[in-house]
Amino acid sequence: MNTKDALINYCLRLADNSMISGQRLAEWNSCGPYLEEDIALSNMALDFFGQAETMYEYASQLINNNKSADDLAFRRSEREYFNCLLAEQPNGDFAFTMMKQFLFSTYAKFLYEALSASNDETLKGFAERSLKEVKYHFRHSSEWIIRFGNGTDESLKRAQFALDELWRFTDDLFCMNATDEELISTGITVSSDSIAAKWNLTVKEIMQASHLTIPEKFNVITGGYSGIHSEHLGHLLCEMQYLQRAYPDAKW
Amino acid sequence: MTEEEKTAQFQQRIDAGEKIEPLDWMPDGYKQTLFRQISQHAHSEIIGMQPEGNWLLRAPSLRAKKILMAKIQDEAGHGLYLYSAAETFGIDRAEMIDMLHSGQAKYSSIFNYPALTWADMGAIGWLVDGAAIVNQTMLAKCSYGPYSRAMVRICKEEGFHQRQGYEIIAKMASGTPAQKEMAQDSLNRWWEPSLMMFGPHDADSPHTQNSMKWKIKVESNDTLRQRFIDRTVEQAHHIGLTIPDKNLKYNKETMHWEISPINWDEFWNVVKGNGPCNHQRLSHHKKYHQEGQWVRDCARAFEVNQMKESNAVKSN
Repeated sequence: MNTKDALINYCLRLADNSMISGQRLAEWNSCGPYLEEDIALSNMALDFFGQAETMYEYASQLINNNKSADDLAFRRSEREYFNCLLAEQPNGDFAFTMMKQFLFSTYAKFLYEALSASNDETLKGFAERSLKEVKYHFRHSSEWIIRFGNGTDESLKRAQFALDELWRFTDDLFCMNATDEELISTGITVSSDSIAAKWNLTVKEIMQASHLTIPEKFNVITGGYSGIHSEHLGHLLCEMQYLQRAYPDAKW
Repeated sequence: MTEEEKTAQFQQRIDAGEKIEPLDWMPDGYKQTLFRQISQHAHSEIIGMQPEGNWLLRAPSLRAKKILMAKIQDEAGHGLYLYSAAETFGIDRAEMIDMLHSGQAKYSSIFNYPALTWADMGAIGWLVDGAAIVNQTMLAKCSYGPYSRAMVRICKEEGFHQRQGYEIIAKMASGTPAQKEMAQDSLNRWWEPSLMMFGPHDADSPHTQNSMKWKIKVESNDTLRQRFIDRTVEQAHHIGLTIPDKNLKYNKETMHWEISPINWDEFWNVVKGNGPCNHQRLSHHKKYHQEGQWVRDCARAFEVNQMKESNAVKSN
């Protein structure tokens, strides 16, 4: 794979991660446990949509065949999406969503820290800006995890259930393919191994503070970055892409 | 001072254009009217998130999605500071939510209509927020300080909401035949309900007289409605849409657009709970409020546990 193609794939991966995460958070609109939490969740969804837009635009420039950022978001199918499996999992209850957010934002925080030293200027700028946002996502979600673990029996039980269910999708965050190989060799990104090591430490620390037990690895599933998804993604895309697909000639 | 003297003094302050603040003396009727109105306004912002939320996941472009998300977020924020303004009367948000759920408190009837197509995101911004601005610009001058200040802030954001709605509908009105049809259909469905947002004619409005005396309202329902009609008719014509009223005509003498009589039976029917979405909106709010109970319990328990711990550390 040449560097340009790898870079396009990588931008789509980052964009798709944000887009799908934002779409899932947007599902919480008017469904939050507090009005303040509704506002926080929509704020984070907005961060994600902004990040996605920046990366789709960069990918669109690189692809250079009149595919707009909107085309990339709304006209690609399941197998052409490169987000991680964690992001596309359904929201579940508030504990489940916060656990997803926590596992993902911890990853995004370390990833964007590393990408802030990328030798691709656009990616570097994107990572620096997004880091500020995901640091807040990390703080928000880790504080909730600690509250769940030190709140009531019910909140502890719900958080443990979420962790047990979602743990199987966490290896997928660190999977590398030909895209990574090419971009690591050119100094555009770093090996996921270094991110995974930091991620493991932080996750362990927060789980300990929350009296939560990290489960044994069981039925581990990977493939998101290579376009092999869970069945959930197709439904999400159906809804998200409905107008663009139903009225292909329309401008909105 | 007797009650009568206090009332007279209060009225003097109002007449002199002074703002009334939470710790000032005020007649019970003034308090009740404002609490009812502000809490209803807060609930309207919150319930109003639902029809727009219905299209959030299906917004057709990145830009449209970001704008709609930001708009709904603004509404949640408006709800927050309106609840705070209403709390100045000594009733907290949890109690207000109970009143909403029991049907004791209302919200704007406009949100009891369904958002059926993407064009409705345009019509809601253009017409519903457009009508709200006319009303709220007036309320920004009202005599109660906290409400007036909340309105000043809210009006700034509503202006942006109205423009984004108009942009959506204008784009569709100049788009493909299918988009045009959706835009016109949407105007057809939202026109009359948005006229009703200003409330009954002055003669039939039970609260108008006192509200005007107390400067909670400084203009009548009919005056505000006419201002909205004049503005909106021109905007519709500008983008080639037709106001769904065959009796619509311009009166050169008064320089106002005249419309057919409004169907007030429909209005009262929806107010009484028989609109297409009354049940849906309220049961949605109840459902998620209940589902969030364990989260609120957890947060409270966590706080208590933290306090216990920090006290234990201190006493050691």
